[in-house]
Amino acid sequence: MALFQIAEPGESAAPHEHKLAIGIDLGTTNSLVATVRSGIAVVLNDDQGRPLLPSIVRYQADGRIDVGYGAHTRQAVDPKNTIVSVKRFMGRGLKDIAHVEAMPYDFVEAPGMVKVRTVAGVKSPVEVSSEILKSLKARAEAALGGDLVGAVITVPAYFDDAQRQATKDAARLAGLDVLRLLNEPTAAAIAYGLDNGAEGVYAVYDLGGGTFDISILKLTKGVFEVMSTGGDSALGGDDFDHRIFCWAIEEARLQPLSPEDGRLLMMRCREAKEFLTINPEAPITARLATGEMVDIKLDVATFAEIAQTLISKTMQPVKKALRDAGLRVEDVKGVVMVGGATRMPQVQKAVGDFFRQEPLTNLDPDKVVALGAATQANLLVGNKTGKDEWLLLDVIPLSLGLEMMGGLTEKVIPRNSTIPTARAQEFTTFKDGQTAMAIHVVQGERELVADCRSLARFELRGIPPMVAGAARIRVTFQVDADGLLSVAAREQTTGVEASVVVKPSYGLSDDEIAGMLKDSLEHAKDDALARALKEAQVEAQRMIEATAAALKEDPHLLSVAEATRIGEAIEKLRVATAGDNRRLINIAMDDLGFETQEFAHRRMNQSVNRALSGRKVDEISMGEKT
Amino acid sequence: MDLRSDHFALFELPRAFRLDVAELDARYRNVQGQVHPDRFAHAGAAERRLSMQWATRANEAYRALKKPLERAKYLLHLAGHDVQAENNTAMPADFLMEQMEWREAVMEARGGGDHHELERLHNRLRADLDRRYAELGELFDVAGDLDAATDCVRRLMFLEKLLHEIDDALASLEE
Repeated sequence: MALFQIAEPGESAAPHEHKLAIGIDLGTTNSLVATVRSGIAVVLNDDQGRPLLPSIVRYQADGRIDVGYGAHTRQAVDPKNTIVSVKRFMGRGLKDIAHVEAMPYDFVEAPGMVKVRTVAGVKSPVEVSSEILKSLKARAEAALGGDLVGAVITVPAYFDDAQRQATKDAARLAGLDVLRLLNEPTAAAIAYGLDNGAEGVYAVYDLGGGTFDISILKLTKGVFEVMSTGGDSALGGDDFDHRIFCWAIEEARLQPLSPEDGRLLMMRCREAKEFLTINPEAPITARLATGEMVDIKLDVATFAEIAQTLISKTMQPVKKALRDAGLRVEDVKGVVMVGGATRMPQVQKAVGDFFRQEPLTNLDPDKVVALGAATQANLLVGNKTGKDEWLLLDVIPLSLGLEMMGGLTEKVIPRNSTIPTARAQEFTTFKDGQTAMAIHVVQGERELVADCRSLARFELRGIPPMVAGAARIRVTFQVDADGLLSVAAREQTTGVEASVVVKPSYGLSDDEIAGMLKDSLEHAKDDALARALKEAQVEAQRMIEATAAALKEDPHLLSVAEATRIGEAIEKLRVATAGDNRRLINIAMDDLGFETQEFAHRRMNQSVNRALSGRKVDEISMGEKT
Repeated sequence: MDLRSDHFALFELPRAFRLDVAELDARYRNVQGQVHPDRFAHAGAAERRLSMQWATRANEAYRALKKPLERAKYLLHLAGHDVQAENNTAMPADFLMEQMEWREAVMEARGGGDHHELERLHNRLRADLDRRYAELGELFDVAGDLDAATDCVRRLMFLEKLLHEIDDALASLEE
């Protein structure tokens, strides 16, 4: 029977059935893609052998889009259409973005997220990011020679819900199946932890191009437990460039610069910063469009002074994260350095002084996040590595709360709660016959709603009319393993499910995403329906394989009649999947889902029982096979 | 045991206040190792949903049992005893008076930037808390006196909050 030719999940039947999974570090300055080959995580280079892809996208009038080095070389001549550091705009409104005045873009304030007007039209940060992801996806497909099963994409641990959602939307737009959004410091810890086989408490200090993250993790027996996390999602290497830039303008006594000259000088300042990593002095020279010549020198002592404030700004979140974890400096066994900006000797010294130990820098700080992401992606698709499997328990970085009377917040889910997590809160009506209620969800630690980030406004409708205070509306907030929030509401006394209307304050609605997908597909002369059919077929195939594997593993959990019904449902789905009617495939998937619901419950109960009885599942299944 | 089990049953632990925290940690990790969404990242939608429910449930149970005050509140909740939030009117006057004295001492030390005094207050309070938790163990697991346990838990809620304030004061001095 064809059913039993399929391998169990996580047990590759043959080497060629190795599933292609990638890890992507979608960085502010540079992005990378990595995969696990023959058990080792490697960064995939471009066709010229370069590992990094500059996170720069240039839109041209004829519709062409340059990504990476091509866009990088044109940024000084075409700054308005060349978007750099787009990560800083993800899930952000115009008022949230620092140094707007120093940026050459034509910003468009849109409801939710800021957009940029280019020669190719108005682009949202999600679209710009998806171009970077598409480029990395193409690179991976070319290198691996096949369809990708899925990707792990990293985000700063300190990213809030809107920023995470925007990242996931960008991946969807790029046609990537996101296995998980993984926090960057956690990814780095995976890359380090597995290599060194270390146990204990680790701090990950991650200073990237545009974001700063600190995470405190505990490694015990293959479990990565994030104890606390903190940071600043608007502080990074870019800010050091900006400080040098301000210094240079003053030093060279320059008048306000054109966008082109501004970008040129900014590039020179960045180069000077990198030069100072191993040299005592860096020249900053640039011939401006005005004919003016900038020719100044920046020495290490001056730079150290310039950098001082920014570096000390990173130490506050470090202290807070330690406190949240209930730990002291001396409890930390090692400090992992991540992000290109940690190459600055001034940063390494400050971190070393604080933790009273040499920070770990043996993995390339530019690559470590991508390598960890690839390692996790490989685990998530079920490719066996030969090493023990590990488990990752991550946390939500910022508290989720609700707006109460008087503009005050009430915390529903506190920061550093292990995810996935859920909390329920009960509300009541304050007027007779009231049938609707507005709920405002915010994220942040401050007491006033105005000081927190507005995530979403929900309107509960369809509450049965009752006297004031009689209705009991239970609102459940669920945060999934990607750190994303969803909300459900139910009126308790009557059991009526109140409809939830979600108005995301930031981020895109499903309709907007669908619209963009349609646009991009039309652009590529593709067919949206064909793509939807393909997606349904892939999902159906996945379901057939998973069910078949489950049947093989746990036949004892089903009666003969139940097994027969499931077998029939599989066969129906198989037939439907071979055809091209998406509706039939979806119906068959629903049917199979219905038939296997109870089976899935029993399997989960069984595995929990086994976990608690202290026996290893491996031993049990070995025993049953013989 | 299933999704609807109580927190103790979920980890197959006896329903008691005194608890081997290392054992709880190990069981929690074992359960998460089986049900966590990362184990089902590539499974079908139904299994992914189920896995999220289970992992959420395991996190909720772990959080409720890990810390002694939460565990005590949960035990009282299971027994149908209402702890109520920190309600001043329910507390005896001498306890409230003592609380005010503590608060004044903390505010004074904080205002004067007296790190040493705050440390001393922290240690004194910590010792007091430990003593009360030991007493709570007797009340729950030996005497089975839930009324006395409720009273003890109410006091502990005040004291834990106070400890938190001292730690905040210490943290603000360090910055």
